[in-house]
Amino acid sequence: MSTVFEKRLLTGDRGAGILQKLWQIPWLFVLLLCSVAAVGYVALYSAGSGNPDLYATKHALRFGFCLVLMLCIGFVDIRVIAKLAPLGYLGGVGLLVLVALHGEVGKGAQRWVDLGPLQLQPSELMKIMLVLALAAWFHRASWDRVGNPFFLVIPAVLTLVPVALIFKQPNLGTALITAALGGAMFWAAGVRWWKFAAIIGAAVAAAPIVYENLRDYQRARITTFLDPESDPLGAGYNIIQSKIALGSGGLWGKGFLQGTQGHLNFLPEKQTDFIFTMIAEEFGLVGAMGTLALLMSVVGFCFLVALRCRHQFGRLLAIGLGTNYFLYIFVNVAMVTGSIPVGGVPLPLISHGGSAMLTTMIGFGLLISAWVHRDAEFGPAQD
Amino acid sequence: MRGVKREEEERRSVFTRRALLMGGTQLGAFGFLGYRLHKLQVEQGERYATLAEENRLSARLLSPPRGRVLDRNERVVAGNRLNWRALLVAEHTADVGATLETFSRIVPLADHERARVERDVRRRRRFVPVIVREFLTWEEMARIEVNAPDLPGILIDVGTTRIYPEAEHLAHIVGYVAPPAERDMDGDPLLQLPGIRVGRSGIERHHDQVLRGRAGAVQLEVNAVGRVIRELDRREGMPGQDIEISVDTELQKTLRGKIEEGTSIVVMNARNGEVLAMASQPSFDPNVFNSGVSGAQWRQWTANRATPLINKATNGLYAPGSTFKMVVALAGLEARVISTGERVTCPGHFDLGESRFHCWNRSGHGGVEMRTALKVSCDVYFYELAKRLGINRIAAMSRRFGLGVDLDIELPGTRRGLVPTREWREAQGRGWALGDTVVHGIGQGFYQLTPLSLCTMTARLATGRAIQPHLTRSIGGRPVRGSRPEDWPSMGIPDRDMRLVRDAMWAVVNEPGGTALPSRLPGGYGMMAGKTGTTQVRRVTREQRERGFHVSQVPREWRPHALFVGYAPHDNPLYAVSVIVEHGSSGSGTAAPLARDALVETFNRFRQTPGPRVADVGRGT
Repeated sequence: MSTVFEKRLLTGDRGAGILQKLWQIPWLFVLLLCSVAAVGYVALYSAGSGNPDLYATKHALRFGFCLVLMLCIGFVDIRVIAKLAPLGYLGGVGLLVLVALHGEVGKGAQRWVDLGPLQLQPSELMKIMLVLALAAWFHRASWDRVGNPFFLVIPAVLTLVPVALIFKQPNLGTALITAALGGAMFWAAGVRWWKFAAIIGAAVAAAPIVYENLRDYQRARITTFLDPESDPLGAGYNIIQSKIALGSGGLWGKGFLQGTQGHLNFLPEKQTDFIFTMIAEEFGLVGAMGTLALLMSVVGFCFLVALRCRHQFGRLLAIGLGTNYFLYIFVNVAMVTGSIPVGGVPLPLISHGGSAMLTTMIGFGLLISAWVHRDAEFGPAQD
Repeated sequence: MRGVKREEEERRSVFTRRALLMGGTQLGAFGFLGYRLHKLQVEQGERYATLAEENRLSARLLSPPRGRVLDRNERVVAGNRLNWRALLVAEHTADVGATLETFSRIVPLADHERARVERDVRRRRRFVPVIVREFLTWEEMARIEVNAPDLPGILIDVGTTRIYPEAEHLAHIVGYVAPPAERDMDGDPLLQLPGIRVGRSGIERHHDQVLRGRAGAVQLEVNAVGRVIRELDRREGMPGQDIEISVDTELQKTLRGKIEEGTSIVVMNARNGEVLAMASQPSFDPNVFNSGVSGAQWRQWTANRATPLINKATNGLYAPGSTFKMVVALAGLEARVISTGERVTCPGHFDLGESRFHCWNRSGHGGVEMRTALKVSCDVYFYELAKRLGINRIAAMSRRFGLGVDLDIELPGTRRGLVPTREWREAQGRGWALGDTVVHGIGQGFYQLTPLSLCTMTARLATGRAIQPHLTRSIGGRPVRGSRPEDWPSMGIPDRDMRLVRDAMWAVVNEPGGTALPSRLPGGYGMMAGKTGTTQVRRVTREQRERGFHVSQVPREWRPHALFVGYAPHDNPLYAVSVIVEHGSSGSGTAAPLARDALVETFNRFRQTPGPRVADVGRGT
């Protein structure tokens, strides 16, 4: 029987049965995601000062829903997904335009769109859609065409349109992350390194001009980052308090529910952007490194899928999703440790909040599909 | 097909290389995060742990209640009243201006109040609470509490405010309190607290350290907005101690009721120097200083020529005139330049070279010996005596009687006065003429003495002991030295000399021909001994003298001051009194009757058994 499953999948038959696919689901990876979410549950339980109703329960319910959604997406044939990629991209851009026109204004920026029960941050979804679109585009490209500068115009436009829309919100941090994600896709697709060098050189040259055109609060973030003590009660407060909370955790931490910084509200937004600080304060370096290791494993699995896929679409999709999750982790942890400016980036699956978790889990659903259909045969590169 | 396959392989190998490079980079980034965490949590962990602790802990000082001032019957003359107030802690609000703006919409704040709060916020450290509004009503407090979420940094607490139930009656003695100025900052952390007051004059200032007490401290766990989570440690402070003063409030009030502007009376226990009453008119209300004196009020006080803020009993300086003659007499006896029986002839004037010095009695007293000279206050006798003594021997005896020296009374700023010597005059670059000495023999010239020092002189004359005037009877319930006569040393003047002078003072009041005969004490009060004095404030011109001028003909401010010093009972002195009526014209006519009344009141007051000791004003907490 098992050979039958193997064979059918190897031939890439679209009609592979549910049971066969169920067998192919990377359950260890699902377990890994569950343990990351469990870390989030514990941290949010503490952020709610021992009251699970505040954040933790919602987090668990949300994760449960996303888990089901992820598995459902995982069953969808990767070739169908590749076909739908342009549609998804257009939908994402449409939402970004919608948010620019009707979005909820939060903290001086239009970032949210109200979808009934869910407040969605389209910029989060857009990152997934961009990865999909670029993967689909480069999947079709022959090796020669990737080397052709004119061939790169369309993916560059695909990248720059959402970046510009997100920058306009304004959300500098996410715009930069989206741009970086697009760059990573270009890189993985095999675009020559000197083209990157040229673009980075141009960016560095343009930096002063960009700085001139930044909004005051964006500039304040940069100056605050360079010298957080300069405004200890204003913009620098979060960074200073976060470092104090984190540092005071020491090697072993203050213990579950014992973090004074978090519980006495010195730590702002401890349930969202600063959740990692909460973990580091209560569980110390050991707990923080343990959490990082779990998150690293998630990214690691993405790379595993990327290396294992037989088709360029799956490879590019997996590496894009991995890099997306990596960027979340890196920016968030670097931010709370005072290594980069505060950007308002959550730690998906751990932070309280729906948008990032939903879009991340959608991404992981796509990843699972890529894994399940890793050996699927696409037709020859088509135009 | 083969080409496609090769291309696919090429694509795949490039992808693999690049993916591995990306993975390595991301691994390196994770390594960097690990390094950051290690640096913060292990290398700098201790430093951040300290910072976290500092974040969490807030030490607050507990302001102890200020000690009260009680009179000798334990009546509260300076007490405390609860004072609900709104404070602002700058570090707990992001925007002081916005908080004040919101506050003023809830409880109206005048512009100058706001300016003061903002100034205080700038001057103090950010965690030190600053008073926004004092004496809140219940209604105002309720409004603030309801709006608390919109008022970050605002908190309500209760302090105490100083209250002086007797208002202006004891203002010159008890003094008043005011917010500390920079110069008051003596390192006591208590002075940093909002609403703290320091003594500015009188007993309040002299005993400020004792009254102030010591600050307690409480360690609190606070959250990021400063809300107290729990108390971790509490160290109680020490409340200020009560000070009992020797003044009898009823007597003080009665005496003040009897006197007009420009008059001061000091009544002292002659045996131990306790000041029983010290009245100076006009006075002021010390309660006004609590909430700050308005510019208008201040101008009104300082522009008033009758100087309500100044205690004339301790700071008014006057020539003693004839009340000084006892000191000259005793100096003469001690120096043996005269004997008690030696007669000096008074023709109504005394000639020294070209100068002529007049006796108040222009027709002259004829031959007078010491007792008569004191009784009738013959000037010529004392001109002669001073001439024989020289100024320095008079000055030496003056100082023994507490004149021109610092009196150890607990009223800061008390004037020492001036008893001239030859050296003092020479230090001014002037010479000392014999004529100067003669004038000083009758208490005129450069003398500047306070009513308090004259009362001290009188008490020393009455008892022969070098008693010091004082106001403090007990501190925190413990009696202080000086309440018994034995606490004060003898002056070492022979009894025979003292008896003669006292007898003469008795004669002044009780013998026909004495200058204060109309002011004898009524029956049942014993007999008073005393001495009148009248001192010129303008020189009487020869023309006036020849016209036979009368004081009632000149404007009030040109009239002489009237003085009287005395004690009673003569045979067993209990109380000493000094009276000065500015421009009162005549010691016998104006000052002596007041002194008599003061002694009668004193006797009446102290003949009574003390009533129940009721502290009618709570000390507050």
